[in-house]
Amino acid sequence: MSLANLTKPWAPMSYGFLDASAKRELRRKMIKSVCVPGCQMPYASREVPMARGWGTGGLQVSLTLINPQITVKVIDQGADDSVNAASIRRFLARVSGAPTTLDTLKADLIQSRHRIPEEVLREDQVLVLQVPNPEPLRSVQPNMSIARQMHGDADYGRMWLQLYEQIVRSGRVMQGASYPSMVNGRHVMTPSPIPRWDVPKLHMAKHLTILSAGREKRIFAVPPFTRVEPLVFDDVPYRVEDHAGLTCSRSGAKGFFMNEIPQSDGTSTYEVSDSEYGVKSIRQRDGETLTMGETWYKDGEMPQ
Amino acid sequence: MTLTLHAPRIVKTAPLVQVHGVSKSYGPVVALREVAAKVYPGEVLGIVGESGSGKSTLLRMMNLEETPDAGSYTLDLPDVEGNLFDLNRFARRILCATQIGIVYQNPHLGLLMNHSSSGNVAERLLVAGERRFAVLREKAKEALAASEFPLERLDAPPIELSGGMQQRVQLAKAIALAPALLLLDEPTTGLDVSVQALVLDTLKRLQRDRKITMVIVSHDLGVIRTLADRVMVMRRGEVVEAGLVDQIFQDPQHAYTQQLVHAKL
Repeated sequence: MSLANLTKPWAPMSYGFLDASAKRELRRKMIKSVCVPGCQMPYASREVPMARGWGTGGLQVSLTLINPQITVKVIDQGADDSVNAASIRRFLARVSGAPTTLDTLKADLIQSRHRIPEEVLREDQVLVLQVPNPEPLRSVQPNMSIARQMHGDADYGRMWLQLYEQIVRSGRVMQGASYPSMVNGRHVMTPSPIPRWDVPKLHMAKHLTILSAGREKRIFAVPPFTRVEPLVFDDVPYRVEDHAGLTCSRSGAKGFFMNEIPQSDGTSTYEVSDSEYGVKSIRQRDGETLTMGETWYKDGEMPQ
Repeated sequence: MTLTLHAPRIVKTAPLVQVHGVSKSYGPVVALREVAAKVYPGEVLGIVGESGSGKSTLLRMMNLEETPDAGSYTLDLPDVEGNLFDLNRFARRILCATQIGIVYQNPHLGLLMNHSSSGNVAERLLVAGERRFAVLREKAKEALAASEFPLERLDAPPIELSGGMQQRVQLAKAIALAPALLLLDEPTTGLDVSVQALVLDTLKRLQRDRKITMVIVSHDLGVIRTLADRVMVMRRGEVVEAGLVDQIFQDPQHAYTQQLVHAKL
């Protein structure tokens, strides 16, 4: 027996890029954040070969959860084919050997920036959201020490002040993304910059959502079947974007979150923001047989 | 026809505010030494003294922003019991939001400068748990009207307002929840004389209409004479003399009070 037999063969990097201690840190903090839904857990964010602010938090979570049996999907603003999504997907596949997919139904792990897919996620799927600013109180309390006390005391009155200001100034709530939401009736979180359209999808969802901010070194989670309620005044109801009546100019899909494409004559056309859902709609229209998943919104309405 | 004379009624109400043996030192500097004070319901207590005499420190403690080294503080209100200095942060916040209003000398301390004026008042209601937009708006308007704030500037941020207006916003915020105790820390210092008179006028009217119990801290004897019923003279962290305003200003007993009154007149 020699020392060489007892040690692993040399490798240029650990499996899945992150070393074992980094993954252990991530796992511990993920468990903590699942135990206290919506509560921000500080963690030791590592360097990954990507600039901070480009999804390093989400990438670290994905690298920790990944294994060769897990199918990965990466979205950026709803699109699977944007540069950022494509590079992250390729990187994940390269360091782990995991298969990749564009289809929401076939994915086990979905890393996303700014969107939740239109097809309903299942119990066995995990959604990882990249978060630029995890602190919902930052706009009303710049001192982070006091903000943490406010979280501890559930002192969230000032969040409504923000909404009050928007209604007074503009006649309606202007918060378009990162809409502050109460998780499990206790912690207010910012659900990363997903549009208002996507926030109700988190409420009592079957899947686990992990939100991770690499630059700010905070991780928080929405476990399955957890209440997520956007903050509203009792007499001013929550409104999603008025996209229910819009039709995708390419796929003909109707009643989903759309991207606006301005035209040279001043008008605009729309296409489905969830690009793979649009592609599937087109294929189905062209006679291909494929499974279209059940969607959260039906005819532009979210069933309660 | 006979004229019936009544013996003067003796005040039998219990004091609303009782402060006992409050001491505080910052390192070697003694800010307060065994200070005691009582304020009766509907009364205005003035606190005068030179800079550094501990009057603002005492007021901050009455607003539960600071804890003393020793001493007790009680408010005679239903549901409020025991020494308030022993309350935890959470209970303090609720009590401060609902029962105590404060107007600072520097409006930057009391207001969110870039939010709207009505929003500043609404914040107070939000902290107390009001979640209906229409009610918030209505109550904010009422409070601002009561402090004689021009309602056409309802949604202007305080940063755009004059000093006198900012003080009125602070006042509206303080009285929005009809607190049992209103604390005023040099509310008119830094305002010019005519605006000062207008703000004092508003305070006087509020006091008359709502019978709010007030504690006003000022180094300006004129302000105290206009507003207060009783006055407490402080020097180097100690109360040197206390009594009715007229009595103290007409016939000061303590050497320091004499000096103070003569310096003014």
